Amino acid sequence: MFWQQLVNWINLGAMYALLAIGYTMVYGIVKLINFAHGEIFMAGAFFTWWFMTTFSIPFPVASLMGIMLATLLGVGIERIAYRPLKDAPRFAVVISVLGMSIFLQNMARIVWGAEFQVFEIDFGIPPLLIGSVIIPFKKIFILVTSLILMVALSLFVTKTYLGKAMRATAADREAAEMMGISSNAVIVLTFVVGSSLGAVAGILYAINYNSIDPFMGFNAGMKAFAAAVLGGIGNIYGAMLGGLLLGFFEGAGAAYISSLYRDAVAFAILILALIFRPEGLLGEFKSGEKLKAR
Amino acid sequence: MTMAERFALSRWTIKVAILIACMAVPLVVQSNYAMRVIIYIYLYIVLALGLNVVMGFTGLLNIGHAAFYAMGAYTTAILMTGYGLSFWWTVPIGMGLGVLMGLAIGFPTLRLRDDYLAMVTLGFGQIVYIVANNWMSLTRGPRGIPAIPAPTFELFDWRFVIDNYTRYYYLILFFVALTIFACVRVRDSRVGLAWMAIREDEDVAAVMGIHLGFYKTLAFAFSAALGALAGSFFSVFQSFVSPNSFTILESVVIVTIPILGGLGSIPGTIVGAVLMIGLPEVFRSASEYRMVAVGAFMVLMMILKPEGLFGKKLFQTTYKV
Repeated sequence: MFWQQLVNWINLGAMYALLAIGYTMVYGIVKLINFAHGEIFMAGAFFTWWFMTTFSIPFPVASLMGIMLATLLGVGIERIAYRPLKDAPRFAVVISVLGMSIFLQNMARIVWGAEFQVFEIDFGIPPLLIGSVIIPFKKIFILVTSLILMVALSLFVTKTYLGKAMRATAADREAAEMMGISSNAVIVLTFVVGSSLGAVAGILYAINYNSIDPFMGFNAGMKAFAAAVLGGIGNIYGAMLGGLLLGFFEGAGAAYISSLYRDAVAFAILILALIFRPEGLLGEFKSGEKLKAR
Repeated sequence: MTMAERFALSRWTIKVAILIACMAVPLVVQSNYAMRVIIYIYLYIVLALGLNVVMGFTGLLNIGHAAFYAMGAYTTAILMTGYGLSFWWTVPIGMGLGVLMGLAIGFPTLRLRDDYLAMVTLGFGQIVYIVANNWMSLTRGPRGIPAIPAPTFELFDWRFVIDNYTRYYYLILFFVALTIFACVRVRDSRVGLAWMAIREDEDVAAVMGIHLGFYKTLAFAFSAALGALAGSFFSVFQSFVSPNSFTILESVVIVTIPILGGLGSIPGTIVGAVLMIGLPEVFRSASEYRMVAVGAFMVLMMILKPEGLFGKKLFQTTYKV
């Protein structure tokens, strides 16, 4: 029983980790939370579902198209809600991005309806049996996809020139610009990478729970943000660790304390983390940053 | 009579004229529907002015104001239906509990600003919603608490029940006047000045000897008390409360009111409430587009006119390095 649940928790954690990476990457570059990230997560799942049901496109193609559209959406968010406010006070940007998130959520509700939609993928592969633990193929698929993407991302960030440019911009935007790195291009790139991971997370989430609704991104987004803070915002490995830990805590809390309050676990962790270790498990403040404490 | 005196006199006459005009509203407006909308506008004025203390005066984002609203509403609902307490007792108790809740959210967030604060207050609002939805023995969960009695005055044999729209109107008008009075007085006091100093530059304010922790927590507590006041009224006016009235979207709607009017501006916030709550009623047929419009409005407002209709250009110099 415990092992069976552990599989579920790790699965949940992997999805949170993918979503948290998007938050953490954007934060690392533009130093602001992307409140609309949860909506990209939702859009990824919804576009895929839409292509599959309305145009009966097979899942692999539909999901790729869904990810692409959601990524475009992410870039659009950057264009509309961030870039015109690049020199504005942070207060204003927060409100504008939050407005974007509300807008997209309710737009999705109008277009696709407020009800839950069934999202079912039949892989046609029998579940795996290890001892008494039954692992459906979709769980393995989710875990493997998440792992591959996380490894690919860390390779991208550490080994390629684009990744290097991203790290340089995150460390010091002005200095990076002096080295000839276009910060606008890097910001767009960050949104592209973060959004596509978020969209994948949304699709995996839909596969796991077999249902989607226009407000699914909201709670998941908040939880992933909690995961990113827990791991140390700005740190990609922190987001992965935080996501896995959060999945574990949430699952264990729901199993052993009360399942009614499972959605409150993440917020409690978020508040505790901010009180006791605001820099997160793997994060560290840069010199001078502690004074402002963001 | 000097100019200053004449000016002060004219301001007084304007205020008295506005008050008399407000008092006369139930005599002019005959339709129950219109009265209901006006009462809601007033209710949101109380809510938005409360939020304005935190957002406008102190410069801290709070996207969980509905939590305080819920606190007041549930306190009144539970105490009146379950324990038979008079409405007039539940109001101060609700405000007291609201203050405690304000301290609970204000204290852990002392070190946070802007986006972090927005996220944590959002999470806090969500926790309150989840608790209201799941604590069946206290709140009856999603079924809500029905049959909340109307507030009554009782003095020996004399009994006065607030049970129609006109009477509710005067009750909320009293609360609005109280709120405006409290906000103006606190804004012009040392506390208000300290809040504004924090808003303009935290570090400088701290150097000037303003205890950041104390004043920020105080702002949350003050704001929470006003939110709870509005909640208590909502409870008896609606005579039914359920968690659905206190969702995140509710908080977001409240947030847009001071933004539209101009953060920190009391008249602006009042005009903001009239526009944000009154206009959707005018365009009722398009009600499902309401939240879409609210979202788009937040983006556009920040790009085109971040200081709002009545606000000053507050944040222009402070944040640029």
